[in-house]
Amino acid sequence: MTPETGMAVGLSHYLTVGAILFTIGIFGIFLNRKNLIVIMMSIELMLLAVNINMVAFSAFLNDLVGQVFTMLVLTVAAAEAAIGLAIVVVFYRNRRSIEVEDINTMKG
Amino acid sequence: MIIATLAFYLFAIVAVISALNVILQRNPVHSVLWLILTFFNAAGLFVLLGAEFVAMILVVVYVGAVAVLFLFVVMMLDINITLIREGFLKYFWAGAIIGIVLLVELAVVFGGWAMSPEAESLRIAPAPAPDALSNTEALGTLLYTHYAYLFQAAGLVLLVAMVGAIVLTLRRRPNVRKQKIANQVNRSVADTLEVVKVETGKGVS
Repeated sequence: MTPETGMAVGLSHYLTVGAILFTIGIFGIFLNRKNLIVIMMSIELMLLAVNINMVAFSAFLNDLVGQVFTMLVLTVAAAEAAIGLAIVVVFYRNRRSIEVEDINTMKG
Repeated sequence: MIIATLAFYLFAIVAVISALNVILQRNPVHSVLWLILTFFNAAGLFVLLGAEFVAMILVVVYVGAVAVLFLFVVMMLDINITLIREGFLKYFWAGAIIGIVLLVELAVVFGGWAMSPEAESLRIAPAPAPDALSNTEALGTLLYTHYAYLFQAAGLVLLVAMVGAIVLTLRRRPNVRKQKIANQVNRSVADTLEVVKVETGKGVS
């Protein structure tokens, strides 16, 4: 699994892709302060970056546990998306808005 | 080997570009579609890594379930797109600075990173040779034996999430009449039907 030739794609290539995707996810959270749904999509992007890291390590170390853990992360991501979107729908029903600035009922 | 390298760069570049489009699109529906493209390319990367089962699960779960869920919610909510872009530039530079700092930190970590020599011996479940056992079979034998409790716990997480989502979004509107099946089933003949002896020449009052 670990190719040694010069042009071959190594572990660090995959880790770089994961790092870039994770950074894009963080950037998206800061950028889209008006839209809660895009923030949740950014969180999904970050989870995807984590998954890429874990599968890359799993493949290059020849250890299957990383892939098992990736599936558990997928489960949690699906559950998080379902609950989060349900909360967004309930919030929109009450306030007619999904802006982050409007979510301040529990503040102080 | 050259094809694998080219495929890696294709998948990686398209994944990064579509991820950027997810956060920069004006319309949330377009964001969801770009997110689907990102997931497909990540699945391609997983296939290149030899993790076929996780790649297929990614397509099924993320593209088939999560992205469609996002699409439904985006289309259900009536969002004013012009308002969304207000204050875009205000947060752009703060976000860009934090993103660049994080990227530099990650680059520093990867630059000074090396595999430990003991890493090979510390593996919990060394992957079998691909020609002996396919990726799916190997994952299955591991997941259903060694990680059976974690598997059950994942199922429990999904169950709680399902119940939670239903409880959150279920809404009883008082002025809407709904069919009550229990009442219909429990009706007896005596509640509705009355047999009256009618004498000849007189009607029923």
